[in-house]
Amino acid sequence: MTGGALTTVAIAMLGGSLRVSTPFLFVSLGECLTEKSGRINLGNEGALVLGAMVAYATSYQTASPWAGVLAGALAGALLGALHGTVCSLARVNDVAMGIAIMLAGSGLAFFFGKPYVQPSAPHLPTLPLGFWSDLPQVRSALDVSPLFFAGVLAAIALHWLFRTTRIGLRIRIVGDSEDAARALGLPIDRIRLVATAVGSGLAGVGGAFLSLVYPGSWNEGLSSGQGLMAVALVVFARWNPLVCIAAALLFGAAGALGPSLQTVGVTQGYYLFYAAPYVVTLAILVLTVAPGRSLRGMPGELSLGK
Amino acid sequence: MTAISASAGAASITVPSGLAPDRTYPARRALEAVGIPLAALVIAFVAFSIFLLALGKSPSDFALLVWKGAFGSWFSVQNTLQRAAPLLLTALCVALPAQLGLVIIGGEGAVVLGGLAATVVALPLSGAPPVLVQIAMAIAGAAMGAVWIGIAGALRALRGVNETISSLLLAYIGLALFNHLVEGPLRDPASLNKPSTWGIGEANMMAALPGTELHPGLLVGAIACVLCWVLISRTSVGFAARVTGGNLRAAQLQGLKVARLVIAACALGGAFAGLAGMIEVAAVHGRANASLAAGYGYTGVLIAFLARHNPIAIMPMAVLLGGIGAAGGLLQRRMGLPDATVLLLEGFIFVAILASETLYGRILWFQPRERRA
Repeated sequence: MTGGALTTVAIAMLGGSLRVSTPFLFVSLGECLTEKSGRINLGNEGALVLGAMVAYATSYQTASPWAGVLAGALAGALLGALHGTVCSLARVNDVAMGIAIMLAGSGLAFFFGKPYVQPSAPHLPTLPLGFWSDLPQVRSALDVSPLFFAGVLAAIALHWLFRTTRIGLRIRIVGDSEDAARALGLPIDRIRLVATAVGSGLAGVGGAFLSLVYPGSWNEGLSSGQGLMAVALVVFARWNPLVCIAAALLFGAAGALGPSLQTVGVTQGYYLFYAAPYVVTLAILVLTVAPGRSLRGMPGELSLGK
Repeated sequence: MTAISASAGAASITVPSGLAPDRTYPARRALEAVGIPLAALVIAFVAFSIFLLALGKSPSDFALLVWKGAFGSWFSVQNTLQRAAPLLLTALCVALPAQLGLVIIGGEGAVVLGGLAATVVALPLSGAPPVLVQIAMAIAGAAMGAVWIGIAGALRALRGVNETISSLLLAYIGLALFNHLVEGPLRDPASLNKPSTWGIGEANMMAALPGTELHPGLLVGAIACVLCWVLISRTSVGFAARVTGGNLRAAQLQGLKVARLVIAACALGGAFAGLAGMIEVAAVHGRANASLAAGYGYTGVLIAFLARHNPIAIMPMAVLLGGIGAAGGLLQRRMGLPDATVLLLEGFIFVAILASETLYGRILWFQPRERRA
């Protein structure tokens, strides 16, 4: 590859990772919040898909993409509330339940989403941060969605919530030791329910990004498992919302690898590049998890490590 | 996990002195195991009926069409059973590791790679006797599936990586590999619209069962379920697996080779999923293409949970889910419902079944008498 091609790939990957990482960021923040309260939610994949559909449909019907984002968040939160409610029953397995919620969420989205596959809904506007450059590649790469910055702000807010607020402390207590929470008289189920619902709401915003920004349309193959990969991403980020930003950017860069190489004509092995984020996720899990010791920062009540 | 709680119940039948023996307790316990999932199924169907009513569709039409499409005629029964065949095997891919308390959801990867491996083995053997080709295909498919899910088991046993997530990531990776090979190096240039590998040859296809259009995969699946039931409930290895699933620390104290059990259960489950892929190639499609990724691996997860990981119970549940799938086309044509209706109904059933887990041991009538007092 020549130097010019390398620069092109690098610019495309920068822009691509900013775009691809945003849904990862929102879902992983949602998953992080839920797991901090001691529960795992694989159903965020369903919340992501449902959020994407509802956001797209709302944007189409009301002509307001921001109303779509709001509706997507609400749909995700409702699905999360269902997960949280059923999981608060005794002896319901939260991992299996997550799979069921994933199925139900995708089913609802595909069921009601059929009429919205064709029409095009108004997209969210982007911020043209590449205005200073004359290169069209740079300009298009730096067309960043405001949702990306909203995600970064949400990460900072979550970090602050866990670190300094009474609510954050309560969530951490419930997540680390049910016994301690019970001794303090904390409403365990209610705290987990709210954490799960809000977490799924964040996943719904991630879905809204998929349908309203990038790729920017609604179809049944829209999500490629971001909601599930978020679980691995949160492990990688050690349950720290700020590290989630870096992890999401890394996953985004892995996901942008294939399309970026395509811009300079490398089309061989397209499907293998498509698998890059999954390989990265698996490699990260293998390298960071070790038997016989619990991970630093991992909530004690999480069934992931048991 | 579930099997252990049941056997713990059996241990508590010891009759306290001075009380009449609780003769009907074993029957009541069996009724609990059948009745609660049935009730959950009924609740799921009622909830779905309400959903349909809210949309202005008739639930009775819906039920009638599902019945017609699934079991209404000899043609639809065959269609249902044809769909159930791979589901029997992919459900075992979930139920076997579940005996150890593992949740494997990536069977889809083993199905597609198993089917691909079986095809690749058959291609150079085109002149050999069909029986030999089919045996080679079965071995290749099962071995490929065993390796794929075995990796998830090994990562769990040796590195402590969560098997649910790793098996799913492996399924995505497997699908990407499959697409890469089918649309690249292994592609038959003649397959224009639907990229496929070269065919395995008409002579090497599995013949239908006599008097029917059913392929032998159904028989293979049923035999596999019975064998797995024997393995789990009648052998020491199966017992060791259930002990491990019930109480990991107790198993380790007994000196059970937990890591080996975990890897073996995952590999065996994966082998069945790989075999499902091989059968789909050898009995239905004749070549490997995107039709292999029809979601059998994911429906298998639902069936295994519906059957509470009991291989015998997998058989009726696979027929039920196969039937719902077979009715999908009819629902689309007659009621104008989208094809995702089947998926949504499956979601309703899955949620209801998992929520019903909370009822076990809670309904007093099912419990041994001394616990009721």
